[in-house]
Amino acid sequence: MVSVTGLIKQFGRFAALRGVTADFDAGRIYTILGDNGAGKTTLLRTLAGLSVPTRGSVKILGSGELRSVCHEIGYMAHPSLLYDELSAMENLRYFAQLYGESAEPVHEKIRGCAALIRLVGLDPELTRPVGQYSQGMRQRLSLARALINNPKILFLDEPFSNVDIRSAQTMVGLLKNLREQGRTLFVVTHQAALLNGVVDEFVNMEAGLIVSRSPQTVGAQQQ
Amino acid sequence: MSIVSITRATLVKDLRLEWRSKDAINSMLFFSLLVVVIFSFAFDPTAEESRRIAGGLIWVAFLFAAVVALNQTWARELRNQVMDAYRVSPAPANGLFLAKALGNFIFVSVLEALMTPLFVIFYTLRPLGPAYQLVIVAGLGTWALVVNGTFFAAMSLRTRAREIMLPLLLFPILIPALLGMVEATTAILTGEYSAKFWIALLVAYDVVFTIGSLMLFELVLHAE
Amino acid sequence: MKRIFPILALLTGAFLSYALYLALEVAPTEQTMGDVQRIFYYHVPSAWTAFLLFFINLVASVLYLVRRIPSADRIANWVVIAIGGVTCIAAFMVKQLPQGVEPSSVATTGIGIAAIYFLIRRYFSGDAADALAVVSAEVGVVFCTVVLVTGPLWARPVWGIWWTWDMRLTSTLILWLIYVSYLFLRRFSSSSQTAVLAAALAIFGALDVPLVYFSIWFFRTQHPQPVIGGGGSIDPRMLHVLLINWLAFLCFAGLLCWSRYRLEIVRRQVEEAQALKSLESVR
Repeated sequence: MVSVTGLIKQFGRFAALRGVTADFDAGRIYTILGDNGAGKTTLLRTLAGLSVPTRGSVKILGSGELRSVCHEIGYMAHPSLLYDELSAMENLRYFAQLYGESAEPVHEKIRGCAALIRLVGLDPELTRPVGQYSQGMRQRLSLARALINNPKILFLDEPFSNVDIRSAQTMVGLLKNLREQGRTLFVVTHQAALLNGVVDEFVNMEAGLIVSRSPQTVGAQQQ
Repeated sequence: MSIVSITRATLVKDLRLEWRSKDAINSMLFFSLLVVVIFSFAFDPTAEESRRIAGGLIWVAFLFAAVVALNQTWARELRNQVMDAYRVSPAPANGLFLAKALGNFIFVSVLEALMTPLFVIFYTLRPLGPAYQLVIVAGLGTWALVVNGTFFAAMSLRTRAREIMLPLLLFPILIPALLGMVEATTAILTGEYSAKFWIALLVAYDVVFTIGSLMLFELVLHAE
Repeated sequence: MKRIFPILALLTGAFLSYALYLALEVAPTEQTMGDVQRIFYYHVPSAWTAFLLFFINLVASVLYLVRRIPSADRIANWVVIAIGGVTCIAAFMVKQLPQGVEPSSVATTGIGIAAIYFLIRRYFSGDAADALAVVSAEVGVVFCTVVLVTGPLWARPVWGIWWTWDMRLTSTLILWLIYVSYLFLRRFSSSSQTAVLAAALAIFGALDVPLVYFSIWFFRTQHPQPVIGGGGSIDPRMLHVLLINWLAFLCFAGLLCWSRYRLEIVRRQVEEAQALKSLESVR
């Protein structure tokens, strides 16, 4: 599904990734753990196609050309990737347009966006600009945005950061459902406890390398 | 998903955003007014001289105001890293570029529409040549400013000292177009010679750099 | 390589001294301008060298960009071959060439463009092409500065003015501005893909050049300006000294570029080694 070979990413004198090689299967939730500077975010962004490796290769769904598989990828991060001055529906409708005109008529697309907003526990009728939402609401909406194109693979970078418990739990429940639907999820987080019981495999990184991978068992270790 | 649909969607979204945050527009409008007043204090010629130098004055004033507006082109996208959402999507980068360039064009044209009558008043300007050509020159000149300005604004996102990098990169490349705008305007105001060559130059400049920007923007958007 | 460099440096130094001697002593004194005219032997070769270096920068930038995409690479090859071919054919077919332009020089330019492109393509891959771009831009700016300084120095005693909007000076000034902004972009970039951004800027600069020429040319026909440097024919002895000086400047530029290039390559290697090493000690 997703495989990387010899991934090196250099920023000037600092190498964020120093030769990462790994394979990831479909339909699982991977949690990437590590200290700050271990390379977790860099790895995630490289997988999502946002960062070009200095050396090495990334293959997603068998293709090395990440531009050709971007329909199957969803990405969310700690910043919301949303427009603060627009409402939830306006945001989602705009991003839906970025993913192309499907054969659906307009009202179908609108219904789709509304459904996504309800899925993450928010109200599509709300006209309040997103900038006034709480962090938890914003992150949930950001997740909805990442799901707009019905992606097979989701990359989430610190999705629970500064998020209230209820929102976080809603999101975790959603992630579990997404996995049941056969999607693959990569989550970078410092709060591994939230994903207990849900995650399939912990990927531990240190100093730009994957040092260990531990499939989830009862009482699995955390960083 | 065509470039046209992405352009339209993005332009509509941007206009809606601008309308919602009227503060930004109002402050820009007032800023342009200030620029006109300052220039008028600094250069205070008699009626004959004014036609000769007004062309240069007006365009430098427009350039000044345009740079301030151009620096805001990507401000909202930067705030919440929305650029990442674009880069991950399959939307063609050109659509985004055209929408931003058109949005800037509209915005800068509004500023020019405010500044021009003020200049006419302060300098008692009356064109001796064909006045309709002034509209053509304004349109072509503004597009030249805006198409390169939007491109370099995106480039300067990836630099430190972002706000100074935009004019630093833009001004050298803009010189032939600036010459064209100023000479054409002066030609029309004084009526002493034809502006046709300069208009042709501006058309050539606009075509070359619109195509160049459209071809290279994808690279700039995806450069981290 | 280390041994050959001092030898070449000495040879170039000797050549430059010889060229200087020719310029100051041997070349005939100009009729109207007198000895001040001799600065011409610095001014003009510097300009030609700077333009050549900027052209090399353009080629290196284009190569860096198109190499990443195989289809673009192929298209670019054919375009360059076409440019060379068309220029050669046009040089001899077109009846009315602009005044003072020889068919052979047009053809040589066309072939030269293609030759430089394929030579650089052959010997400089990927990152090396980017290093070449940096180097040629920096050294080009140096020579360009020489032109801009010697121009007014020459103009003031002879024509009484420091500056004029003549073709060469103005286009040199604008090229200088574009490439200084290029160097600023490289210095201030916080992207890890600075090379791509810089290459895009170089291409924009190149697109600008013909527009600059036309705008200045027409500006001068509408607002006649004094001409610095004079056009027209040149005494063959002066031409001889001029060309020798140009050759000497080219050797000097080549030497500068070479040492700067080696410096740049080594700097990149050190950076890479440091990046990969810096964390080794942690484990």
